[in-house]
Amino acid sequence: MKKLIAILLTVVVVLFVFANLYSDDSDFKVFGEKLLEQTVSEEFVNKTVDLQRDQPETGSANIVTSIVVNYRSFDTMGEVTVLFISALGVALLGGVLNKKVAFRHKPGFIINQGMKIIVGIILITGIYIFVHGHLTPGGGFPGGAMIGSAFLLMYLSNDKFRSRITAFKILEGLAGSLIMIIGLVGLSTGGYFLYNFLPNGEIGQILSAGIIPILYVLIGLKVGSEVSNILGDFFIGEVEQ
Amino acid sequence: MIEIIGVITGVLIIIFGILAVESKKLINAVVYLSLMSLLSVLTFIIMKAPDVAITEAVIGSGLVTFLFIITLMQDKKAGDKK
Amino acid sequence: MSQYLYIALMFVGIYGLLSQKNILKMIISLNIMELGLNLFIISTGYINDAKAPIILFGNEGNYVDPLPQAIVLTAIVIGLGVTAVALMLARNIYKTYGTYEIDEIRGENDD
Repeated sequence: MKKLIAILLTVVVVLFVFANLYSDDSDFKVFGEKLLEQTVSEEFVNKTVDLQRDQPETGSANIVTSIVVNYRSFDTMGEVTVLFISALGVALLGGVLNKKVAFRHKPGFIINQGMKIIVGIILITGIYIFVHGHLTPGGGFPGGAMIGSAFLLMYLSNDKFRSRITAFKILEGLAGSLIMIIGLVGLSTGGYFLYNFLPNGEIGQILSAGIIPILYVLIGLKVGSEVSNILGDFFIGEVEQ
Repeated sequence: MIEIIGVITGVLIIIFGILAVESKKLINAVVYLSLMSLLSVLTFIIMKAPDVAITEAVIGSGLVTFLFIITLMQDKKAGDKK
Repeated sequence: MSQYLYIALMFVGIYGLLSQKNILKMIISLNIMELGLNLFIISTGYINDAKAPIILFGNEGNYVDPLPQAIVLTAIVIGLGVTAVALMLARNIYKTYGTYEIDEIRGENDD
């Protein structure tokens, strides 16, 4: 499509959307003036904070964590499945019989020696972020991605590092099956999949909120090993002379 | 005061977006995409969403930029300088 | 005011998908569109003079709507997965045809 037609089409649709964004017969409010009492999120917030209950329903101090892992845990299962399918697609498309590619520029001295200090710090930060997912912002997904980026640094700074590590495949399968087993235990105890069957402690302690810390640790390990597999498969190619 | 910073950041993101789509070299477009991701982390913090800000900072500025640069290195014409 | 800017960013990405001829430029435009969409979804949950949704030491007050943040957290990770598969396909196209432009891949017949 030529550029002039594309610009004209885009500008016409944009002006139409701008004119009807805040019209009178829709429930879409102006920026910042939303009333929380008319949405379903008010129940999510009140069940954690309410002073009339003797025990909070979820027990985690981070309200977004309690939505992602407890109230809408089925969406998280779907998202873990999508990541698994994309890791499978990258591994199948990348060629299972090629060797590791060798670049023209060898890694220098600075990145070689600096890697040995920094990798440990990045790994510990990633593990801290997903262990404390129910107390501070973060959770399983950024913690797992940080572990993946620590392994990326190891791939980049060392030519001889193997790019397919077998331990990651075992870890990923083990973490995924444990999530399913916890869900089925919840089904048999409480009546629905991923029911919260451990007791909630008080808000703010590290051993609180039922099965939420256990689930986030498993999700963090699974996402970390999947991202490492995806990044390692990008180094495979034809061997350059 | 905070709202003015939010609006200025939004205008900067749009300017970098148009520059990324219309640039001639591919490496410039990848650098502009990484800059846009960094500015959007600032916008997420202004709108009081810390979980989303950490996730976008790790994934958008680190991993996606690396994937694009490794794909660009496959181009045989671009790598023949010593 | 800022919601207009985020919708405009989404349409910059759509314009890039319509008019560019290089495959890597198309993948960059897809990323720009997803960035604008995530910004717009979070901007629908903002409430004036409210706090971030983390409970600190037993104070209660009004919090920002936490449901759009839970949705966007998932959407960012899925965007990473889609970009990885698309870039792997682009690499295989380069290995087979030798170019990234779709005019040269399609051949000489125009329709």
